Amino acid sequence: MSKSEWPLYEVFVRGKRGLNHVHVGSLRAADDQMALHNARDLYTRRNEGVSIWVVKAADITASSPDEKDPFFAPSGDKVYRHPTFYDIPDNVPHM
Amino acid sequence: MSFDNAYEALAEAHDDSRWAFGTGFEDPLAGVDTSVPSGVDGSDLARYCLMLGDDALVFSHRLQQWCTRAPELEDEVAIANIGLDLLGQARLLLARAGRADGTGRGEDDYAFFRAEHEFGNVRLAELEHGDFGQLIAVLLVFVTWRLALLQRLRSSADPVLAAIADKGVKELTYHRDYAAQWAVRLGDGTAFSHERMQAGLDGIWPFVDELFAPHDTESRLSAAGVAVDPATARAEFDAVLDQVFTAATLTRPQTPGKAGVNGQTGRGGRHTEAMGYLLAELQSVARGYPEATW
Repeated sequence: MSKSEWPLYEVFVRGKRGLNHVHVGSLRAADDQMALHNARDLYTRRNEGVSIWVVKAADITASSPDEKDPFFAPSGDKVYRHPTFYDIPDNVPHM
Repeated sequence: MSFDNAYEALAEAHDDSRWAFGTGFEDPLAGVDTSVPSGVDGSDLARYCLMLGDDALVFSHRLQQWCTRAPELEDEVAIANIGLDLLGQARLLLARAGRADGTGRGEDDYAFFRAEHEFGNVRLAELEHGDFGQLIAVLLVFVTWRLALLQRLRSSADPVLAAIADKGVKELTYHRDYAAQWAVRLGDGTAFSHERMQAGLDGIWPFVDELFAPHDTESRLSAAGVAVDPATARAEFDAVLDQVFTAATLTRPQTPGKAGVNGQTGRGGRHTEAMGYLLAELQSVARGYPEATW
């Protein structure tokens, strides 16, 4: 009997101290709900997370490594795009 | 903390007590007031803790036997997680028994150095799991029953038992979710998966009535407000399973309960043939190398 594989999902977890979901890995599952269960079992065993996102890897549109230079190199020498020329007040959080 | 690895960055600072390996396996009840409430018989309380603890210990061992045998890696981890949760419940309950009966025995003494007839787990916990369908069937029944028990045990007159139950309820709620999800997938899946799931249920059903038959110890302690009379959990158990069975297009088996020996079942130390083999595996290292450490 040939075995068909379950689709691949990418898993994002938001930690207790984190403000955003972070990619932590991938898994296989038959559907979205199973993916969420599996993500809980595989990636939050050590008390890491308070929220999980799963998304089918096939649904992610990614930039290609071949396009690395046209995509990213032009921003490398434009230092004026970084807001580093003034001091951030101490009471502004999460910067 | 290094942020080179996103996963490491997410993890809390490691608290060794949460880990299954690499700890000193200290007394899990260290620092807890474990005096026996007034008016409660210490040996009865110990016996009751062993019953609930043995359910978890023995069933956890059966789940551990699925390591390297589960159909998918993801489910292998899920099953191992459930086994670890139950092992954690067993540790607390066995340690509680040693304080309640005054012998001061530790969890290892109870787990590894008792004979078969001294184990008070229900027979359902010790059954072999033939295939994944039977695993899901026995898991669904076991955790649905145990969740209903521990929900009621949260108001126990023994504050230690109440706290252990409160911890267990969160774990078991997830276990039940996991088992019910698979029961519906298999039952309402292909003709083959439906057949295996139904066969799994049919195979274990003779051991269901025993779950709700109170042992003398349970009856005495429930009268004192310490234990839960398992009969009071039957209605909830039936309602939950009926809901799952309907969604899964499964049929509730009608087979009668399997009789015990001389009126005694698992709670009274009378087990099935499978129990001896299970204990031999569970206890062989501890008995072959007493007091060994690594």
